[in-house]
Amino acid sequence: MAKKDNSLWTILQTLVETPGPSGSEHVIREKIKAEIQGHTDEVNTDALGNLIARKGTLKEGGRRIMISAHMDEIGLMVTHVDDNGFARFLPIGGVSPLTCLGGRVLFMNGTQGVIGMERLEKDEHPELSKYFIDTGATSKADSKVGVGDVCGFERPFLDLGKRLVAKSMDDRVAAAIVVEALKEVKPGVNELYFVFSVQEEVGIRGAITAAYGVDPEIGLAVDVTRTGDTPMGIKMAVALGNGPAIKIRDSSFIADPRVVKWMVDEAKAQKLPYQMEVLEAGGTDGMGIQRTHAGVPAGCLSIPCRYIHSPSEMVDRDDVENSVKLLVGLLGKPVSLG
Amino acid sequence: MAKHDNSTKFNPQMGDAELALLTRLCNAVSVSGDEQEVRAIVTEELRDFADFTKVDAMGNVLVRREGTAESRVRVMIAAHMDEVGFMIVKDEGDGVLEFRVIGGVDPRQLVGKPVTIGRDHVPGVIGAKAIHLTTPEERKQVLKVDQLRIDIGPGSDPKVKVGDRGTFATKLAVLGPSIRSKALDNRLGVFNLIQLVKHAPENVDLLAAFTVQEELGLRGAKIAAFAFDPEIGIAMDSTPANDLPHYDGFENTSHNTKLGDGPAIYIMDRGTIGDQRLIKWLIESAEAEKIPWQFRQPGMGGTDAGEIHKTRAGVPSVSVSVPQRYLHSAAGLIRIEDELNTLKLIHSALIRLDKSILNHQEKK
Repeated sequence: MAKKDNSLWTILQTLVETPGPSGSEHVIREKIKAEIQGHTDEVNTDALGNLIARKGTLKEGGRRIMISAHMDEIGLMVTHVDDNGFARFLPIGGVSPLTCLGGRVLFMNGTQGVIGMERLEKDEHPELSKYFIDTGATSKADSKVGVGDVCGFERPFLDLGKRLVAKSMDDRVAAAIVVEALKEVKPGVNELYFVFSVQEEVGIRGAITAAYGVDPEIGLAVDVTRTGDTPMGIKMAVALGNGPAIKIRDSSFIADPRVVKWMVDEAKAQKLPYQMEVLEAGGTDGMGIQRTHAGVPAGCLSIPCRYIHSPSEMVDRDDVENSVKLLVGLLGKPVSLG
Repeated sequence: MAKHDNSTKFNPQMGDAELALLTRLCNAVSVSGDEQEVRAIVTEELRDFADFTKVDAMGNVLVRREGTAESRVRVMIAAHMDEVGFMIVKDEGDGVLEFRVIGGVDPRQLVGKPVTIGRDHVPGVIGAKAIHLTTPEERKQVLKVDQLRIDIGPGSDPKVKVGDRGTFATKLAVLGPSIRSKALDNRLGVFNLIQLVKHAPENVDLLAAFTVQEELGLRGAKIAAFAFDPEIGIAMDSTPANDLPHYDGFENTSHNTKLGDGPAIYIMDRGTIGDQRLIKWLIESAEAEKIPWQFRQPGMGGTDAGEIHKTRAGVPSVSVSVPQRYLHSAAGLIRIEDELNTLKLIHSALIRLDKSILNHQEKK
């Protein structure tokens, strides 16, 4: 019998192909739980559904560190099924009308469908209210989905060699990196809490409550960030393949400068490529951790990603591997934020 | 001393006493930030029914009623006491008052409406130029709030001062099987929560939060939930019913809710994704008791659950609303049967509540 292939890339493919929009993380949570089984000292699911895995026990000179990668993804929720079986929907998180037309969706109950659109007037900009999901139903009675049913976008994992593409690299690539780091790291004196958080895409909600429960001394989000390396794209000094990005700020929080320095020093020590990130629009779990209790020094390790929130999000293979190395290095020794 | 009813067969009615209480609640002026009038009614009504009552730093009324059963679930139910309305910002003399709106009020709803100002309920009107004097062009424009004035009549009442709140002056009226009133959002919730404290089942510790400043951003609920530290959160509120027929021949796909179809259970709004375990619990309770229910269409808007569920290490939460036409206007309209069914639903759900509900359902 062949040994189960549990390499980083296989785990990544499993995670990105599992549906799990915000609020419907029960399936992806089980997948992640299965991957980390046997590598942790304690695993809990909290009141909102965050998966919280502890590794290591606090010893003299150590820190309680929370690492958070969100396991939810953007998706759609049905608001109405009409007499002919067409399902109207609402976005869960930031879904752009531009990436919807012709898209295929997979509901949590297994139903599949395609996205169609009303006829537009000339030059009319499409709004999500103009779209509907066609599940092949011919009537309301015949429809396998109803109000409140949730779907994610459906798109297979694509290996382009140096680059990898999938529908939910945001944030499953980070989840895979954190799973891999969790397995490899020797916590030493530190007490590490690996959190796979819920409902990030609708407002960082899971990380807020997880951080309160964990009550860490240092927080580190792991998430994707945008890039400025595509034709006529946004102006941003982050590019695919230039290494893990160390966040200085985004629109939700300013990373603690001591955490930034800790990350930069580690990247230099390991001679890993890295880049500094200033993200003009976007937020991460770092915000939720930073503001809990009386405040927590927090930062974010970002994986550069093109076409975020489209069904084809692209990351660089080396960036992913280097992110694992950086994370393992950061977490495996005593931390001084000086 | 009034007697608490712990019977498992609570059958809500809208009798004379209930209607009198709802009328007092709805006719009160209780705009966000000055909820004194409703707070006084709540405190008085529940004086003999609570194990603990506290008015907190922001003005929330926190009422705890402990059950007697061995194993009990700590359930916080929130109903906000505040309503949208106006605030006087400038006294221009001779009874003319400049104002701003508090909370979400459509400026198109303002012109020509009688209003009630301040704790002394001074009557006034939001006036506008008579049609005789307007041009066809003027009649196409929506008047902005800063162009409008509240007029309490020449010989201005000295009791009205800058900072006073006001509301539309509409008094509650029963229209056959319906009720018309200005502040059904959310005096229905307050009314229902009062009833639930009086009829609380013994298997729960009912943590009743009559909250302030919901209309300005769920501000009261945030600190109420922190103080109560509950295991489960429920927000009781009122939600729009945009259920009048469409006349263009196409199906109405965005009614939000429909009058007469029963309590509206939330799946998702702007602030909360309802906990799937609690949604299931409510639906099963409704089905078992043959109470009609409907989903509120996932959409915008929010309730106190938006803050409750993010409290401390997280609180599984859900919202239930009474469907209402014409929310946040001078006169909303509800079906009495929807209101009573909402109360009945929450009560019968509480009776069925057990800690095992909080086990994570790993498969739907």
